[in-house]
Amino acid sequence: MRWLLVAVIAVATTVSDVLQAAAMKQHGEIHDFRPGAMRRLLAFLARNKLIVASVVAMTVSFFAFIALLSVADLSFAVPATAASYVLETVLAKYLLKERVTLGRWAGATLVACGVALLSR
Amino acid sequence: MDVHAPRLKTRFFTALVVLSSLCGNFSLSWGMRQFGRLVSFSPLAYFRAVCNPWVALGISLLILWLFSHMALLSWADLSYVLPVTSIGYVLSALAGRVFLHEAITSWRWAGIVLIMAGVTLVARTPPHSSGAAT
Repeated sequence: MRWLLVAVIAVATTVSDVLQAAAMKQHGEIHDFRPGAMRRLLAFLARNKLIVASVVAMTVSFFAFIALLSVADLSFAVPATAASYVLETVLAKYLLKERVTLGRWAGATLVACGVALLSR
Repeated sequence: MDVHAPRLKTRFFTALVVLSSLCGNFSLSWGMRQFGRLVSFSPLAYFRAVCNPWVALGISLLILWLFSHMALLSWADLSYVLPVTSIGYVLSALAGRVFLHEAITSWRWAGIVLIMAGVTLVARTPPHSSGAAT
């Protein structure tokens, strides 16, 4: 049960992050943080299909996460959710066309190994 | 502009993402511990869990996390944001030691060192690589 929940969380988080990043790249950098601009931003987000899909994936991941927390400790739950590090970096390169330099690959790999050790 | 020195804005939003997720998860975990075992497909059980004040506080903090994460992704790469914000794992392990008196084994210390090294490596790359430079 634990590992099924971990798998659901990993896949849903990856999908959610990639969709969110794609949508925010479409929007471009946020410069204006005044209330009027924030309202326009919220309207953009609410109408954006990628954001809506991303929030759906995040909701699935969230409920799987609280179910996991009810049967496992936070120190198991949090590191287990990081199974998706390298996968997300691969998707960032091929789907989002980010230039993933050697430094970033090395960093993401170190973080993934570190997170795996943390859950021991 | 020196792209290797992240702007104040990037640092501020990175800190906001890390802290809101750290406090949010902590609060959720605390609430779910009070609530008890929840593995159910009944929406009512989830609804009752959400009514716990700690779970509700956790959800509010995760909403703050969502917006700061979206803002950060509007100018920084996912392959930058993801490893850099993983410093939260280190902080959550340290918070577990300080507040919940959880032991940090030598394996976990090794994990902390690897994460710190990974975060440092990625934080040295410019946050924005794709498309036009900011």
